[in-house]
Formats: sequence, C-alpha cells, structure tokens
Amino acid sequence: MTLSPQPLPLLTRMPPQGPAPCCPAAEPLGDPMAQPFVMGALDTPAGPAPRVSGQLSPADRRGTLRVRWDIGRHDYKVVPGLYALNNPTPDSPVLVSANYKLSFDHLREAARELDAWLLVLDTKGVNVWCAAGKGTMGTAELAGRVRSSGLERVVSHRRLILPQLAAPGVAAHLVKKQCGFGVVYGPVMARDLPAFLAKGHKADPAMRRVRFPLRARAVLVPVELMQALKTYLWLLPSLLLLAGLGGLVGGLGFWAGLGGAGLRAVGAMLLALVAGAVASPLLLPWLPGRAFSLKGLWPGLAGAALLWAPWPGAAWPPSAELMAWCLAVPALSSFLAMNFTGASTYTSLSGVKKEMRRAVPLQIAAAAIGLGLWLYALVAA
Amino acid sequence: MPGLRYLSDVVSLKAMPELCVGCGLCAQVCPQGVLELREKRVAVADRDACMECGACMTNCPSGALWVQAGVGCAQAVINSVLGRQGSACCCVAEPRSPQQGLQASLDMAPPPRKSSGCC
Repeated sequence: MTLSPQPLPLLTRMPPQGPAPCCPAAEPLGDPMAQPFVMGALDTPAGPAPRVSGQLSPADRRGTLRVRWDIGRHDYKVVPGLYALNNPTPDSPVLVSANYKLSFDHLREAARELDAWLLVLDTKGVNVWCAAGKGTMGTAELAGRVRSSGLERVVSHRRLILPQLAAPGVAAHLVKKQCGFGVVYGPVMARDLPAFLAKGHKADPAMRRVRFPLRARAVLVPVELMQALKTYLWLLPSLLLLAGLGGLVGGLGFWAGLGGAGLRAVGAMLLALVAGAVASPLLLPWLPGRAFSLKGLWPGLAGAALLWAPWPGAAWPPSAELMAWCLAVPALSSFLAMNFTGASTYTSLSGVKKEMRRAVPLQIAAAAIGLGLWLYALVAA
Repeated sequence: MPGLRYLSDVVSLKAMPELCVGCGLCAQVCPQGVLELREKRVAVADRDACMECGACMTNCPSGALWVQAGVGCAQAVINSVLGRQGSACCCVAEPRSPQQGLQASLDMAPPPRKSSGCC
C-alpha cells in the first residue's frame, strides 16, 4: 500500500468561488474525491480511497455551526464508502460511521491521532443513533457496504468497530454471516475511541452509558428554537392581526389594538418559547417531575409570573387578557418541553405515549380557554 | 445520570433467561445499564431505565429479549397521529416489532415509515 502522488492543488483545495456551474447531479451519491474535505487519495488493492485528516477546516466548523442552527441539516452528507484517515495500513482498524457530515467530522476529529479506515454507511444523512432506530444504519447496509467497498482486499483483519449507538439497527451476529466481518461495539462517544483501542477493544462501563449533561442539552437548544419558530412563527402575525381587528371591533382602532394587545401577545408567546425550548432543556434535571410535559410547566409558570409585574394597569384582579396568558404560556411551555423528548437520550416510546395521553388534553384545554379569554378581552376592551 | 429518570412502570422490555446463551452482548450494547448477566443468563437490573431502543433485542442471537422498540419522541407521535410523512428524520413513531426491527436491519431499503422532522 503506497500513497499516491498528491498534487498540491488537491491538498489545498478551496471551495469553488462563486456559484458552481449548475447541472443535474449525474450520480446521486456524488464523487467522493470532489468533496472539499478530501485531501487526495490513498491507493488500495480495491482502488483509490479518499484520504481525510482529523483536522477540521474552517469550512467544516462553519458547517457544524450551520446545522446546529437547523440550517440545511437534512442535506449535510458525506458520500458513503471507504475513507482513509491519515495513513492507514492493512492492519489499521475499520471505524464505521453514518454519512451525516456532523457524525463523520466528529469521528475523524476524535480519531485524529490514529491511522484508520473509515467506512461511511448511507444513512441518508442521518446521525448514527437515529439512523440505527430507523434501520438505515443497519445490518444490510453495513454488510453491503463492506462488500461494495472491497474492504476484504484492503485490510488483513476481519473486524469492524461500530459506535455502540448503532446497535439498535445492526445485528452483530448477522453481519458476520453476511459479509464475514465481525462486529465490535466501540464506546458511545467517539472521543473515547482512542482509549478503547489502546485498551485492546475494551470499554470502561462509563464509556458504554449514554448521558445527557448540560453541554449536550445546550447544543440542542438552537435546533429546538429554530424548529419551534419554523412551525409556529405564523402564529405571531396572526395574533397581531387578530389584536388589530379586535381593536377595531372594541372601538380602540386597528393600530391601537395591534400595538397594545397584539404586541403583548407576541411578548407572551416569545416568553413561552424561551420557557419551553430554552429553559426547560437547560434546567431539565432540576425541574420537578419525570414527564417532560410536567417539567416544562414550571418554566411556563415562571414565565406567567414574569408577565404580571410589567403588565399595564393593575395586575390584581387580573384582567381577562392577563389570565389568558397565564393559561396559555404554561400550556405552550409544557408542549414545547414535551417535544424535547425526541432530542433527549433517555425517553421511551411507551413513556412518551403515556405522558402525551395525560398532558395533551390539558395543554389543548388550557390553550383553548386562554385563546377564548384573550378574544373576549379584545372585543370587551 | 442522577436526576434524569423517565416514567416508571411503562416499558415493554421482556427478558427470557431460559433462551439466553450468555454471550453478554445485550448488556454491552444497552446504553442505559438496564441488563446484566447473572449466572451467565440475562437479567433485568434496571427496568425503568430502559428507553426501548431495541439494541439488545436486535443483537441477541437467541431471541432471549423482546421489546416494543421505537423512538421516544413526542413530535413523531404527533406526526403519526396527524398522518404526516417525513423523510429525513430518525423518529419512528410506530413501534418496531422484533420481526420488523430485524427486517429493517436486513432490508437494503427499509419500507417508508411514518416519521417526522424532529431530529
């Protein structure tokens, strides 16, 4: 196995300047060598393997930041196949990953000190754990990719190292039957891979457990925020318009209604968004209750309490409008926090269904009564 | 992690130690420390920590584990109820039976499932 001569332009490949010439994609999976993070090729008995390093470029980091903010997250892919990380030999380990570029970058950065083969499966751009749940990070795709990459001609051993979280989709005993390669489950986190390999494929019990620390929850918050905004942003102009129309009916006039109850509605909605999609994920372990819908209630109630202080006019007895938001803000916060179950690392489908059967009727009732009170307050003003 | 436990007494996990061959792969792949080997047979050590991911069932060579595997995602349940079809997401709202779970991992192209844009 020898390094192919690497022309300098390949090593210093820059993203194309200006818009790329537009043409229909000739091959759906694309040319692996044409990817900006590929630095030349490593010749193998199965053909040239695209070579990558564990040093992420500024463009890679910009991509990470972008998908962390839910921009183009569903089309952030690596061409599936076999890659060479640094300078692997036939004895080097084979690390299996998903073709979500964030997963791929995470792996090569964690393994940057190693020489290894990276076998990237076609998981449709979805991360390892989610793709395993879907079955795309699965036995058939793995065995098929081992065969199509010619891996048995590239390495001298017959061992694949998979992330532990691929296990919901991959049946290790069937992989062996289908392609002759044995599966070793590595640690949950890619950052533990060097230690796992150094200890002869042994993971400490702690490396086998998935956790959900503050840092992991915090990086998910922007996606929660963006998804909530993408789904519910239309509510804000609707509320402003309704408040304006209510002002007309109630005699205040359109702009007075929009600038008064309308802006207060937008403020209350944004407060609910922060309570449910920011505060609830961040404060998760400290919020009372186990159901996420219950955990989300507390920041929502705190948000409702915050509305009282600056509320125009006397806050006691509360006006119908204030009461409306004291119902709607906790309900919305509870709902948004409940949606965080999908991003969390420890909720079961049975549990989610159970909490939804209890919480969703209450959330809908509180939101509906809140909306009714608010509409009443608009025209009664 | 302390302070993060989900609902009690809901999960569908069943262990059948009489079928166990003692390979221990289930306990190894479980990310929540639910399973352990006692006298070379599988045992449930922490049932309520189970998140029904199905890793143990998929990797058991002797069918000694069963779980109604799925993804604990409220948005996926909502999408499923509303009949929305997503493509780019992990979230499978409908539980996978052992057969489906295995089938999905065997098929080159798994059948389209109800899913959402939640992750």
